[in-house]
Amino acid sequence: MSILLDRDTKVIVQGITGKMARFHTKDMLEYGTNVVGGVVPGKGGETVEGVPVFDTVKEAVEATGAEASLVFVPPPFAADSIMEAADGGIRYCVCITDGIPAQDMIRVKRYMMRYPKERRMVLTGPNCAGTISPGKALLGIMPGHIYLQGNVGIIGRSGTLGYEAAAQMKELGIGVSTSVGIGGDPINGSSFRDILERFENDPETHVICMIGEIGGPQEAEAAEYIRDHVTKPVVAYVAGLTAPKGRTMGHAGAIISAFGESASEKVEILSGVGVTVAENPAVIGKTVASVMGKAA
Amino acid sequence: MDIHEYQAKELLSNFGVEVPPGALAYSPEQATYRAREMGGDKWIVKAQVHAGGRGKAGGVKLCETDVEIQEACEGMFGQKLVTHQTGSEGKGIYRVYVEGAVPIAKEFYLGFVLDRSSQRIMIVASAEGGMEIEEISAERPDSIVRSTVEPAVGLQDFQAREIAFKLGIEPALTQKMVRTLQGCYRAFTDLDATMVEVNPLVVTGDDRVVALDAKMTFDDNALFRHPQVSELRDKSQEDPRESRAADRGLSYVGLDGNIGCIVNGAGLAMATMDTIMLAGGEPANFLDIGGGATPERVAKAFRLVMSDKNVQAVLVNIFAGINRCDWVAEGVVQALKEVQVDVPVIVRLAGTNVEEGQKILAQSGLPVIRANTLMEAAERAVGAWRNDVAMGTHLKVAK
Repeated sequence: MSILLDRDTKVIVQGITGKMARFHTKDMLEYGTNVVGGVVPGKGGETVEGVPVFDTVKEAVEATGAEASLVFVPPPFAADSIMEAADGGIRYCVCITDGIPAQDMIRVKRYMMRYPKERRMVLTGPNCAGTISPGKALLGIMPGHIYLQGNVGIIGRSGTLGYEAAAQMKELGIGVSTSVGIGGDPINGSSFRDILERFENDPETHVICMIGEIGGPQEAEAAEYIRDHVTKPVVAYVAGLTAPKGRTMGHAGAIISAFGESASEKVEILSGVGVTVAENPAVIGKTVASVMGKAA
Repeated sequence: MDIHEYQAKELLSNFGVEVPPGALAYSPEQATYRAREMGGDKWIVKAQVHAGGRGKAGGVKLCETDVEIQEACEGMFGQKLVTHQTGSEGKGIYRVYVEGAVPIAKEFYLGFVLDRSSQRIMIVASAEGGMEIEEISAERPDSIVRSTVEPAVGLQDFQAREIAFKLGIEPALTQKMVRTLQGCYRAFTDLDATMVEVNPLVVTGDDRVVALDAKMTFDDNALFRHPQVSELRDKSQEDPRESRAADRGLSYVGLDGNIGCIVNGAGLAMATMDTIMLAGGEPANFLDIGGGATPERVAKAFRLVMSDKNVQAVLVNIFAGINRCDWVAEGVVQALKEVQVDVPVIVRLAGTNVEEGQKILAQSGLPVIRANTLMEAAERAVGAWRNDVAMGTHLKVAK
């Protein structure tokens, strides 16, 4: 099976009665995702797109056997919903919400540590486009049709830049095993390193494509992990070469505030550990193709 | 969101951090009056701008008489203070803070930041006060003391004591230092700050621990629960274009180039800017119009980008996922009819229904230069800008 998510993974949507959530629930169902329910406090008993709504995550898990959750809850309440998922027995949670206070995310991460590792929920996001295993299931808001099924694992912060990469690959006939959005926030559920580890151990993934950007230490930490543990070829692109220091570029986390956080420094660090770096965003697909050609 | 020094000091003092006596003034007369009201025989007149490095730039003056205060203020009000953090434009001085001088025995650096590695709040301190943290980490990295805070229980007194001892603070002052550290930490967490910096924190000749300067930055995402912090916003310190963008829910950063950018998604927006640079041009701005590229948002974006006088070409790069290209194209057409755009416009659409989108642009009869790939778009934008500059003409139609 692919990492994190498969055809049979039972999914609930937290905040399913919202306009956006309804839209994307329909989209996910059409793609083939096994959406089995939704959670909105006070709206238990209703149905959305034919799936039952529950008041709490615990009830939803009990009734449906849900394993994964998609959080579509507004920023002031999203952290609470993620913690409810972690407590309710959800195994994998994707949080789409953009704009969660950083200190709420610090609390969420601390809260998740209460559970022993084998029962601890995996979180990706917030502020991400979600995760897709093409041809199997989609847990997020990305357009499914731009992904071809295949053997490249994608990890990225940005939604549309990830689409750009996937679309370039499709154009060249290259498919994706799973694409994981880790989100643009400074405090996020899973890092590049966490997902790299999963792709390294995933037999369906042959090449890994990492799409980073300015700000934060996660690309440098990933480089260290690649050097010591990753045997599969890695391709990377880092956005923000023209970004000035000290300015937030849209994503709350995209700000150069320390050494090693600029795009050129990240490119240097990644190149230094043998990662093939795409010079510009227009050649991400081509770079993956050339690395696959060499690997084959 | 940034606030002024005097505001940060007021907030911190509410949490038990000792600050010097001080008064805010909006004019030289007010400054001298308030200094006399405060008493003392030495005052520091400090320009209130959202930037560090004020001392070196002439924004901090020691005064011993009314006349000196008056003169110092006259040299500041209405001027632009240019420091290494403001850019060449500088920041306008509309408020000064008059503070009673404090007898300094020793200076320290104290900072609270969100540490992205440990994903916790980290305290950074050094006995090399007065210098900026970048300088300290370059020149005296061994002097830096770091400590991360366990979020479930908060900062513990023993951690604060450890920091005090490592900084070499006299044992008799340990408790005052603990109180200062706890105050800053509580201000950080209670008010959802992303940064609290006290530089310098001083031990005075009469054995007090005093915050001589203070800087606080707040998490924009948490302002919804701190209306009292939102009130401290000072738009005079912001780039007017950025303020306008923020008020309209767009994420915009003004830059020095001349190719305006309108993109959906922050990562793709940065990537588009990078591609423009690789094609030999310079981006005029970062602009993320968000996931849903509705016609209204596209129109707003055009207005915003065109308000920058340096813009000589506009590159629109939209990857339509859930929203379709035909819909985005209609938005672009509608925006171009509404907004006066007298420079070349290059549009690159990708994703769902791209052919229909292209058709709508072509049939609109508008002078839009179309591109299929990101590189092509950047090259055409740079080409159009160069051509435009060379010919002195505008509005070329792509056939």
